[in-house]
Amino acid sequence: MNDNTQPIVQLRDIEFAWHRNLDPVLAIEDFAIARGEHVFLKGSSGSGKTTLLNLIAAVLQPQAGSITIDGQPLAELRRSKRDQFRVDHIGLVFQQFNLLPFLSVAENVQLSCRFSSLRKSRACQAGLSLDQETDRLLSAMKLSPNEIKHRATSELSVGQQQRVAVARALIGSPPLIIADEPTSSLDSDSRQAFLDLLFSEIESSGSTLLFVSHDAALASSFDRSVDLQDINRVASPNDLSGELP
Amino acid sequence: MIGIAWKSLCNRWPTALLAVLAIAMSVALILSVEKIRRDARNSFAQTVSGTDLIVGARSGSVQLLLYSVFRIGSPTNNISWQSVEEISERKSIDWIIPLSLGDSHAGFRVLGTTDAYFEHYRFGAKRNLVFAEGKQFDDVFDAVIGSEVAAKLDYRVGDEIVAAHGTGNVALVEHERQPFKISGILEPTGTPVDRAIHVSLQGIEAMHVDWRNGATVKGEGTTAETIRTMDLKPTAVTALLVGLKSRGTVFREQRAINTYRAEPLLAILPGVALQELWSLVSVAEMALMIVSVMVVIAGLVNLMSVLLAGLNERRREMAVLRSVGARPEHVFVLLCIESTLLTLGGIVAGLLMHYIITGLGSLYLMQRFGLSVQLSLPQSIELKILASVAVAGLLAGMIPAFQAYRKSLADGLSQKL
Repeated sequence: MNDNTQPIVQLRDIEFAWHRNLDPVLAIEDFAIARGEHVFLKGSSGSGKTTLLNLIAAVLQPQAGSITIDGQPLAELRRSKRDQFRVDHIGLVFQQFNLLPFLSVAENVQLSCRFSSLRKSRACQAGLSLDQETDRLLSAMKLSPNEIKHRATSELSVGQQQRVAVARALIGSPPLIIADEPTSSLDSDSRQAFLDLLFSEIESSGSTLLFVSHDAALASSFDRSVDLQDINRVASPNDLSGELP
Repeated sequence: MIGIAWKSLCNRWPTALLAVLAIAMSVALILSVEKIRRDARNSFAQTVSGTDLIVGARSGSVQLLLYSVFRIGSPTNNISWQSVEEISERKSIDWIIPLSLGDSHAGFRVLGTTDAYFEHYRFGAKRNLVFAEGKQFDDVFDAVIGSEVAAKLDYRVGDEIVAAHGTGNVALVEHERQPFKISGILEPTGTPVDRAIHVSLQGIEAMHVDWRNGATVKGEGTTAETIRTMDLKPTAVTALLVGLKSRGTVFREQRAINTYRAEPLLAILPGVALQELWSLVSVAEMALMIVSVMVVIAGLVNLMSVLLAGLNERRREMAVLRSVGARPEHVFVLLCIESTLLTLGGIVAGLLMHYIITGLGSLYLMQRFGLSVQLSLPQSIELKILASVAVAGLLAGMIPAFQAYRKSLADGLSQKL
């Protein structure tokens, strides 16, 4: 299952429609991400980026084709298993509102460990306690753990919140990190700083990164840049049914 | 999960508090209604024990019970003293307590009776009347007051009081020429006895010596000394409490009194009359209970609406939870835990409110109606009520929980906001 030569994400002959009587919004013949790769997925809004992410994150199921993540064909998993698979293997960062406002920063970071014993055991692999690992990740994200750990998330700036969200996605080293427009609410200076932190920490954990954005200017920092319109055979840049803002 | 649910609720404490409050109030209401219902019954049942028959002028049995024992309402007619004497001479009758009502003092009723009252009257679990201070009346102008009369009017043994004609709180005509002296104060009983001023039947007659056609006659009036020398044989009493030598004769005696030729009389068995009263009251009780249940339902509907209304704002929260591995089942359970926490909070707060209400209300009920409502631990019926509220709360919470479950399935990780 963890054969390192295998791609971590493999999509084959995918077709997805919101309803079986509707035209498909996504049709991808072949899309793969190698282990450790940093992939930039570009697409204008409405092009089906979020739909693709939901497919890879096993939230949506394609009508046709197969998706294999970390050697596991998703179609073989039952719904409850898919949820478990997601938390075990994928760390997610969203555009905004990543954090639960009623939990402290530390509790937010450790959230996935509540639902995944695998993530929890991996987080503590180096002999650190969960709290120590949380501190380590927050420090790595250039946040001072002692200052913000027990603060409410609403007291943080957007940039800080996004870094906390990255720390949460990284805890327990999931093999795949998916980031959906994580920088769009940041200004250009903090955007680059955020990317640098994200890269260095993903580098050290050996995870794979799938980074989705409409901002082509960021693409240069990545190993590879993919335009969704190039791989999606359904050409419908103006079809907004795939995602709502 | 409980931790997350708790913190999420704390984050939305104003709405959560309102939901808890609504449930608390409904729980307090239903508990108080049940409590008053039961305690009223107990209180009434406690008032007459050991009395086999109550005899009065012919009217309704409930009416006779109410005015003779509970001092609620007014008698329609009296029993002549001749009938009283004839009844007391019957072989199977052990004792009689004549009761003469119609006068009052500061809102408390004046009860004319005999020594038999202190000897034979029983309340609660066949308890005797006990004197806290002083002794029973032996002079015409002696009075024995109930504990509440003493407490409220701050009377002591030896104080003088003036009775007033009629039973209103604001007396119009006072029997001021014949003041009474307090000879004794009774221990509290939790019955109307506490609110009565007991005088001898002769005392009642003495008050009315100068009384003609609803007013005192002009002039100096008769002095107490003169009155003491007069023959104060009562002409009539309001009701009789009768004790029999053997309970087995109760129906025979009842029939004999009911068919008494010289005067239309009514004899009732206190227990039977109480049952009759309850069957009358039960309609009102049922109505109260239905209203209370409605209020509980309203509280739960409010809980449901609070949770449902919150769901839309919380879609983000659900999406975040889903992204960190929470299954839709977790979301369902989370919402169920929330509703359970709210319901339990409501129940605990409701219990507290209920105790505060009964604690404060018992004073008022005691003074106003002579109902003794005691604080007590929840009994089986109350526990059943609380359990049903808890179950109903859980069920009510399952609707928004299911809604959240479906939404989180449909929304997935997308943050539709």
